[in-house]
Amino acid sequence: MADLKARIASRTAKEFNDGDVANLGIGLPTKVANYLPEGVHITLQSENGFTGLSGSAESGKENVDVINSGGAYVTYAPEANFFDSAMSFSIIRGGHVDATVLGAMEVDEHGNLANWIVPGKMVAGMGGAMDLVVGAKKVIIAMLHTQKGNHKILKECTLPYTALGVVDKIITEMGVMDVTPEGIVLKELHPDYTLDEIKAATGCELIISPDLKPMEEE
Amino acid sequence: MINKIRTAEEAVAGIKDGATIMVGGFLGTGSPEILVDALVKKGVKHLTVIGNDGGLPANEGTSARGIGKLLEAGMVDHIIASHVGMNPLIGKGMNDGTLKCTLVPQGSLAEKIRAGGAGLGGVLTPTGVGTIVAEGKETFNIDGKDYLLEKPLKADFALIRASICDEFGNYSCAKATKNFNYVMAMAAETVIIGTEKLVKVGEMDPDTFTMSGVFAKYIVGGEKPWQI
Repeated sequence: MADLKARIASRTAKEFNDGDVANLGIGLPTKVANYLPEGVHITLQSENGFTGLSGSAESGKENVDVINSGGAYVTYAPEANFFDSAMSFSIIRGGHVDATVLGAMEVDEHGNLANWIVPGKMVAGMGGAMDLVVGAKKVIIAMLHTQKGNHKILKECTLPYTALGVVDKIITEMGVMDVTPEGIVLKELHPDYTLDEIKAATGCELIISPDLKPMEEE
Repeated sequence: MINKIRTAEEAVAGIKDGATIMVGGFLGTGSPEILVDALVKKGVKHLTVIGNDGGLPANEGTSARGIGKLLEAGMVDHIIASHVGMNPLIGKGMNDGTLKCTLVPQGSLAEKIRAGGAGLGGVLTPTGVGTIVAEGKETFNIDGKDYLLEKPLKADFALIRASICDEFGNYSCAKATKNFNYVMAMAAETVIIGTEKLVKVGEMDPDTFTMSGVFAKYIVGGEKPWQI
């Protein structure tokens, strides 16, 4: 399982251009920063209030005033700048973040996203997710293709929405998909899987790109 | 110049049962612990608390942080926040029926508070359109795009944490402790600042301070860096 997540993170890292501003969600998306190609430097935005997020802080060397949005002690890059929550979300909502990478419970062929609430279960809250997906120029969902065999890529989300029509790209262990007005287009298929297998693992029609490629990995 | 310096106990003395209070901090980082401690000691009930989250619960020898202390003491009837998953006391309170929780997207929460403090009737945001956040809210189409009207939020008191503050109340917050500590100071009737470093007026260059002292009613020194 760890390999599959590394595969997803390393492929997602190829989506970035040198100089991009990005916000990476907690968990698998955070790992994307470990796989950036040589020569690609991105500035990470942390929604609790800074640009220039770096790695985890070493034990014993934490600055107690510097956490990421998950509450973990982190370090910051030389170009870092710290600001308050109103500024942080002006950056996010105002379209100043080039891309955000998040996980999802469900995504559908209209680009609708559900990743914050399961009715009947304990609610954690949306935090900054709703603002991020409406504000970032590009929304990439990086996740395992299915949840214990259940479809996560669907014709229509069944869970309450995080936002409507916001997802641009879906990257899973099985392949890379673009969300287009026509539906979800498979652009890359991982060599470990057949077309029939990825179609069976997807809960909506998968349009096969005429120039389908093998999924790139490191 | 009017004397705004108080002890923590004096500063929170006016907070009564049923008050609405804003508390700065993000998962405890940037929360005014000495002010929260004084409020817990005073022991008021039925508070409505507005904050980014529910602070942190007590854990393995470390005390609760920020709003987590108010929840632990059973002082809160209603919490308005963007994320409450890190403090199980909130889920428990909601299940028991003792705590009401209103969730607001983080960016909308910041803007609702800013609107409250800036004299605005609300803000129009694309965040939450088409989701359950939009329920009961007006939608406006501006130049072809839908926006939700998020109304202003105000409070009776704001508990703010500064890293450095002068005796007039001009202050700044270090690094990631800023979070809600600036907007909240504009949106409350009575603003109380707990500060790590307290300096005399004129001691520092005015550029040291991000926030104007006009918002501060009381200033309390002695805030400490969090001990890991």
